[in-house]
Amino acid sequence: MNRARTNAILFWSSVVLCFLLQLMPLPQALLPFKPYWLALILVYWALETPERVGLGLAFIVGLIGDALTGELLGEQALRLCILCFIILRFRSRLRFFPMWQQSLALFVLLLNDRVVLLMIRACAGEPSPPAAFWLAPVAGMLAWPWLFLLFDDLRARLRVHET
Amino acid sequence: MALTHTDNAHLFATASSTLRLIGYLALAIVLMVTDHRGGYLERIRWAMSIAIEPMYRIAALPSQLARKAGLALSDREQLTEQNAELSRKLLLAEAQLKRLTAVREQNQRLQELLDVQRSIAISVQLAKIIDVDTDPFRHRLLLNVGANQGVKIGQAVIDAHGIMGQVVETLPNTATVMLITDPAHALPVTLERTGLRTIARGSGALDTLELPNIPVSADVKVGDKLISSGLGGHFPAGFPVAEVRSISNDVTGMFAAATATPIAALDRSGEVLLLHELPDPIGPPDLAPVAGPPANLAGDAAGPLPTKTRP
Repeated sequence: MNRARTNAILFWSSVVLCFLLQLMPLPQALLPFKPYWLALILVYWALETPERVGLGLAFIVGLIGDALTGELLGEQALRLCILCFIILRFRSRLRFFPMWQQSLALFVLLLNDRVVLLMIRACAGEPSPPAAFWLAPVAGMLAWPWLFLLFDDLRARLRVHET
Repeated sequence: MALTHTDNAHLFATASSTLRLIGYLALAIVLMVTDHRGGYLERIRWAMSIAIEPMYRIAALPSQLARKAGLALSDREQLTEQNAELSRKLLLAEAQLKRLTAVREQNQRLQELLDVQRSIAISVQLAKIIDVDTDPFRHRLLLNVGANQGVKIGQAVIDAHGIMGQVVETLPNTATVMLITDPAHALPVTLERTGLRTIARGSGALDTLELPNIPVSADVKVGDKLISSGLGGHFPAGFPVAEVRSISNDVTGMFAAATATPIAALDRSGEVLLLHELPDPIGPPDLAPVAGPPANLAGDAAGPLPTKTRP
């Protein structure tokens, strides 16, 4: 198996895993702390293999997410597009941040994502969400280093296997 | 010269990626607006249900496994205790049921006496909740039955204690239920004690319903039971909904506003019941069809006009 194919398999399986994580139920108390897994994984791949993750891919992944969760069609597509655009624009800087700075940057990005979501929901005429709505970016920030290290390790191992 | 060249290239790349972003954003906004207006996402979801439903089942697996593991690991003593408790409850429920049967028969007789042709029997369908969470800020449940099993949009969903919500979307083998606590949900209720009609709105918190706009002079007390009133035609009348928890004045001082605790166990998963009984029809009955010649001219062959009755 060549390397591009291994990477592609890893990429798509990670995306599918994130869809499942997104749908997975949690106890009521933990629900607000569920990070936006799809955004985290897309950010990871955009940082590491920018040639694979473009706006188009973010859009398509978002559409699939919308079809799965039954929200407004295009909602997640819009959010992921904005996220990916910012990541790709500042990629060269973000990549060489130390981990804690990267996590902080991600926190700001996820917060921005929540603001976008809030705007979309407000436009659709929905009431404003409870205060717990703003907790998810914190969870995302805390989850980021683990996800980053896990996937870096996975990719390193796969590379070792090939050689 | 080389510098300006790369600068130009960089600028060009930046501009083109910005343009692409704008393009995608516009596309997403168009999709959202048309979906908000037309609601075609449901049709897309229906078409993709072959792929979507297995995803739901897979996502629900861990919690099912956890529950099974909990059951397997729970010790004998606990199970015996639970068993004893359940059999006690069953005995109690059976006793009450016997009494209710007697009451129902009496009711039937009285209704026959009154010549009321309305059956109080309700038909229900048992459904299991698939433990899947689509959005923590909307209160939705997924059921393991769908259009193929005869589930229709608008059906009321109840549990052993009271009304839980209504079906808002169906896929071939799953259905989505909006809980009564969803911020977009409102339900006409009556106060059991006084008969006051009002609306119970979802608050977005699983343990709270809001009752805005109660007249200040109305007689509402903490602990009053709210039952569904059947007005509006979505829910059948007489099912327990909530219990008043607190009463206060609203900001204008014109009305009182109360909060209530739902009686149904909304946060516990397990089995629910889908009501098949359609609520009373609203408005005047349908006109009798008047196709063909009038009955008095049609002769004996036609017989009396058939009258269309509502279910």
